[in-house]
Amino acid sequence: MADMLLAVQHVTKRFGGFQALTDVSLQVHQGERFGLIGPNGSGKTTLINCISGALRTDGGKILFQGTDITTLPAHQRTRLGIARSFQIPKPFTSMTVLENLCIPLIYAAPAQAHGADVSAEAMQILQHIGLEAKADTRATRLSLIELRKLELARAMAARPQLLISDETMAGLSNSEVDEILTILTALNERGISIIMIEHIMRAVMRFSQRIVVLDAGQTIAEGTPDEIVRNHTVEKAYLGE
Amino acid sequence: MFSFELLLNAVTAGLLLGGFYAAVSLGISVTFGLLEVANIAHPVFIIAGAYGAYALNTALALDPILAGLLLTPIFYGLGVVIYRIYYVSFEQRGEQSLRGLVFFFGLMFIVEVSLLLVYGVDYRMIETSYIGSSVLIGPIGISLRLFVPFVVGLILTLAVYLFLAKTFYGKAIMGVSQDSLALRLMGADPVQIKTIAFGLGIGTASLAGALLLVIAPVEPSIGREYIGRVFAITVLGGMGSIGGTLVAALILGVAESLTATFSGPSWALAVSFGLLLLALAVRPAGLFGR
Amino acid sequence: MKRCVPAVLALSIIGLGLLLTGMVENRYFYFATYVILQYIVLATAWNILGGYTGYVNFGTPAFFALGAYMATFLMLACHAPLPVLVLAGGLISGLLGLGLGYLTLRLKGVFFSIATLALTVVLQTVMINWEFVGGAKGLSIIRPATVLFFSSYVKFLFAVMLCLAVASVTIAWWIEHSWIGRGLAAIRDNEEAAECMAVPTLKLKILATTVSGALMGMAGAPFPLHVTLIEPTSAFNLDYAVNSLAMPMIGGTTTWLGPLVGAILLGTAQQTATVTISSALNLLIVGVVLVAFVILAPEGLVGLVRRLVQRERA
Repeated sequence: MADMLLAVQHVTKRFGGFQALTDVSLQVHQGERFGLIGPNGSGKTTLINCISGALRTDGGKILFQGTDITTLPAHQRTRLGIARSFQIPKPFTSMTVLENLCIPLIYAAPAQAHGADVSAEAMQILQHIGLEAKADTRATRLSLIELRKLELARAMAARPQLLISDETMAGLSNSEVDEILTILTALNERGISIIMIEHIMRAVMRFSQRIVVLDAGQTIAEGTPDEIVRNHTVEKAYLGE
Repeated sequence: MFSFELLLNAVTAGLLLGGFYAAVSLGISVTFGLLEVANIAHPVFIIAGAYGAYALNTALALDPILAGLLLTPIFYGLGVVIYRIYYVSFEQRGEQSLRGLVFFFGLMFIVEVSLLLVYGVDYRMIETSYIGSSVLIGPIGISLRLFVPFVVGLILTLAVYLFLAKTFYGKAIMGVSQDSLALRLMGADPVQIKTIAFGLGIGTASLAGALLLVIAPVEPSIGREYIGRVFAITVLGGMGSIGGTLVAALILGVAESLTATFSGPSWALAVSFGLLLLALAVRPAGLFGR
Repeated sequence: MKRCVPAVLALSIIGLGLLLTGMVENRYFYFATYVILQYIVLATAWNILGGYTGYVNFGTPAFFALGAYMATFLMLACHAPLPVLVLAGGLISGLLGLGLGYLTLRLKGVFFSIATLALTVVLQTVMINWEFVGGAKGLSIIRPATVLFFSSYVKFLFAVMLCLAVASVTIAWWIEHSWIGRGLAAIRDNEEAAECMAVPTLKLKILATTVSGALMGMAGAPFPLHVTLIEPTSAFNLDYAVNSLAMPMIGGTTTWLGPLVGAILLGTAQQTATVTISSALNLLIVGVVLVAFVILAPEGLVGLVRRLVQRERA
């Protein structure tokens, strides 16, 4: 049994009168490729925000490597090893691609990195992801796929043990989707656990070892891609009765 | 020196003042509470409204409240123009809110100094048939210079509430901050709706300014006292809830009145700031949008 | 070796200034340059929170006047010398920044700005009611008759403000080029992303507020001695609010150079203009220029020059 990396236990989240998440539980294991899918508005991004710390939960616990992180602010969770990309890219607009990566490199690491020159390591990450040509380009000048790659690169620069990819492939062409898949698979082979949130089914099914399906803020199914595909509840959630 | 009669009078005066504060805060309730545009220049437009009423009163012997009403379309137009500039320069470009804030600060400054250049630092006041007289109900003295603005303030609050709740444009304004996509599907242009809302916000300033002139003499810099007040009221009242604004305004009015009566008038301003900080501390969930 | 350059530069400027006090006797020279140096401190201090971090402080008068009143209090209570007054002013205004930051920086930036707007009025109310430091009428302040190393107190004030100006620009330069500055820029560009990229946003914001407030308080401490008077209206003057904002906005908010350029340009313009036009008209012009810059040239003069240079190269 692989080690448990992330445990989400009975998490609830409300926005005023709207119940976004109800009693959501799931586990991600060390080194796992984990898929999170569900119709629009099912609460996937809300769940990710709760895990990464952008939102506070209204109930339940979140454990990371055995530590209770439920009340930790987001920046501390990143230091512990959780990194995420944003569905709508949020680059640091006054900085170049390289400088964007320097932020997590400086801040996610222990204190000695504050003085160190992190540019070399940033370049390495850019090379892995295929953005090295744009290292000195202002983040505001990038194309969509480049922005998405920057999101991933920045998350990688935080040296995570768990990387959450939030709809990185949305709006990309088939070949671009394959590019992202290759990057994520390579990351996983280096030992990084990955949670993938996507609507592009072929990507999720190919990539994930296990999938959890969310609908209207609740988990409705969990299993291998094969099991999920054959699951009637899932089919109903996506297609209706 | 405490007496029940003093307390009763202080509370009454506070409530009356609260009605006026509600009128003053309506504009911010709409522009900041609903549109999330931090128009910190709003109080200075109220002062401009007060001076407008003063000018009409001096030149044409018009009752100030009537003058305020007459100036409302002009202030509405002003609001439309300002929002257009704001939208094109900042919101459309997706700029940080930093620049928008500085824009309104500069605007506030320009209006205040312009008033200073035209009217100087002397206090300006007007006289009407009702300023200066009061009515006694038992031990409670109700001065009409407070009572009339209270009543007009309540009417204005009700009018804005009804507009937002019952009319198409009003409901669209309520919806625009939450779901501009749905709005577009309904055939309304979010930018146009926001423009109307902003115009409405500034439009209330002329009448509110007229009420201010009835209550006390004005001079250009008193707008600054109101900044803390209107934002405290809007935040406490629930950011866009007109009913909440009224309740919060009444609370603030009473708190200030009690402070002024028992601790001295100069501390009354500190009350609004304290309430503002309290409001920010107590309602962080609603404010941060989490 | 590269690290020594700013230190050498800073010390040279101070040295030059001190030499100047030996040569120039014109009182007006010291008065005018004091005002400009004071604005360099205020504009630079404002920019650390405003330009670097993206949080707008409308309450410069509050921090400035608090420093002035703290200095007054210490002068009256124990005749403390100016350096002590400056440090005390910095301490108290730094604490004000810390407290205000702690209370309001967990919320959206606009609430911090609104709180700073209200802050000035409230603090002014407190000082008006505090008779010991003069209350509403104010107190006249008498400068010490003699001072070490300088032939007049006015020169001493100039030297102190020069040191503060150099110190504040050096601090801003250091912050900008340090890992702290990168974190602040990340917060300014996208606070949510910064937080998720392990930047401790709250701590850094509070740090910026504290440093900014402290510098403003230090600029305010010598003020009563400079005008030989402590009185609420002049101490809490709206001039400080507008100028400390306009100077970085006009000069450029992303570097230490912007506030310096803005303070020198706008400060000098105002010093010459107050002779010919009324101070109210002067402020009106500043307001209009500010709005024009924020709409049309948000990157300020430094930004405009940069773009011109880049176009030349391309």
